[in-house]
Amino acid sequence: MSEKPKLTYFNGRGRMESIRWLLAAAGVEFEEEFVDTKEQYEKLCKDGSLLFDQLPLVEMDGMKLVQTRAILNYIAGKYNLHGKNLKDRARIDMYVEGTMDIFQMILMYPFTPPEQKEKQAVKIIGKITERYFPVYEKDLKKHGQDFLVGNSVSYADVQLLEAIFATEEIKPDVLEQFPQLQGFKARISNIPTIKKFLQPGSQKKPPADATYVATVLKILKIE
Amino acid sequence: MNPTMAGKPRLYYFNGRGRMESIRWLLAAAGVEFEEVFLETRQQYEKLLNDGFLLFQQVPMVEIDGMRLVETRAILSYIAAKHNLYGRDIKERAIIDMYVEGTIDLMAIIRVHFKLSPKEKEENLKLIIERATKRYFPVYEKVLKDHGQHFLLGTQFTWADVQLIEAILMTEEKEPDILSEFPSLQAFKARICEIPTIKKFLQPGSQRKPPPDEKLLQTANRVFNRK
Repeated sequence: MSEKPKLTYFNGRGRMESIRWLLAAAGVEFEEEFVDTKEQYEKLCKDGSLLFDQLPLVEMDGMKLVQTRAILNYIAGKYNLHGKNLKDRARIDMYVEGTMDIFQMILMYPFTPPEQKEKQAVKIIGKITERYFPVYEKDLKKHGQDFLVGNSVSYADVQLLEAIFATEEIKPDVLEQFPQLQGFKARISNIPTIKKFLQPGSQKKPPADATYVATVLKILKIE
Repeated sequence: MNPTMAGKPRLYYFNGRGRMESIRWLLAAAGVEFEEVFLETRQQYEKLLNDGFLLFQQVPMVEIDGMRLVETRAILSYIAAKHNLYGRDIKERAIIDMYVEGTIDLMAIIRVHFKLSPKEKEENLKLIIERATKRYFPVYEKVLKDHGQHFLLGTQFTWADVQLIEAILMTEEKEPDILSEFPSLQAFKARICEIPTIKKFLQPGSQRKPPPDEKLLQTANRVFNRK
């Protein structure tokens, strides 16, 4: 039995990307199985691997974990990235729910009909720059520390960096008004494990393209 | 108004279920008394915003232990951990998280039901029944049947049990016979409803909220300036 976590998902970012980021940040090597066909997915459902018939699936430490948050919480807890006490954990959880809301918008974006894409991009960027980024900017400025919570790197920092990169792919100059986030981005990108993950050849996935969108729609039988 | 340090948690939300209801359930199950501030006007909401009390400009918000917590899951996780309802180690926590996420997904479908048009309601009801009886309830039924113990995690009462009883009752409001194929869940429901703190919460006069209605929708639209 391999000791490395095994990730089962489509060959793309989707809901698995945050998990790849967190494992990479924690310096944990992992294997991946890519679901390319409906048959593969149906087999996973039939053999009872997927608790609620949904991906992502992460097999680690003898468990078949599903549900993105359950998986992320487990990894964060195991690798000491979830705060030193309950209150720090609560703060991390709040920040993470914010970045998850960002990811939810960005996750759906590739599936937007082409004629609505520009309008949707404006809407997403508006929400991110008015509701979410200002919060992290303000809190980083307020405590002046390198990391969001408890003066040590946490799951919230990894998520925020991931969110920054994903947002910049839609609007490259989005951090113009956010000097703290610029500094944060530089600092967190330099953490050795994260720096490695950001280099070509890592398991970080590219943005969704037409092939990815078509594969997901076909496998999940979405009209 | 300062968040209470040693006092009761204070919940800020509409006078209705919404996303706050699971938090009410969990506090009640844990035997924790709590206060509530109900949002009725736009002015109240704007004051909370201007005072910087809502991290992402959203409710629910709970003042507890000197913090102003937002984001339903962050709040629930904190309460669960604080009151020893989150398992004894990270593996148990992972199992609880998985079970909880399933109930959250099911309740999310039910939560929007009252806002829909009559035709959409018809479709949504079919989806609720399908998901409950094909995706979610079979999982919990099997878990309980396989180990034959009282609670989802076995002998330990956890946050997952509270979420599941809430989800069952909520689904039954839409389809009273929903548990007809699930004998273990029927037994679970009977058992959990007898737990003293939960039994109390289920009685009239508790802080449990009734199903949402048109008035709640109008209040929410008014507070959030929605058409």
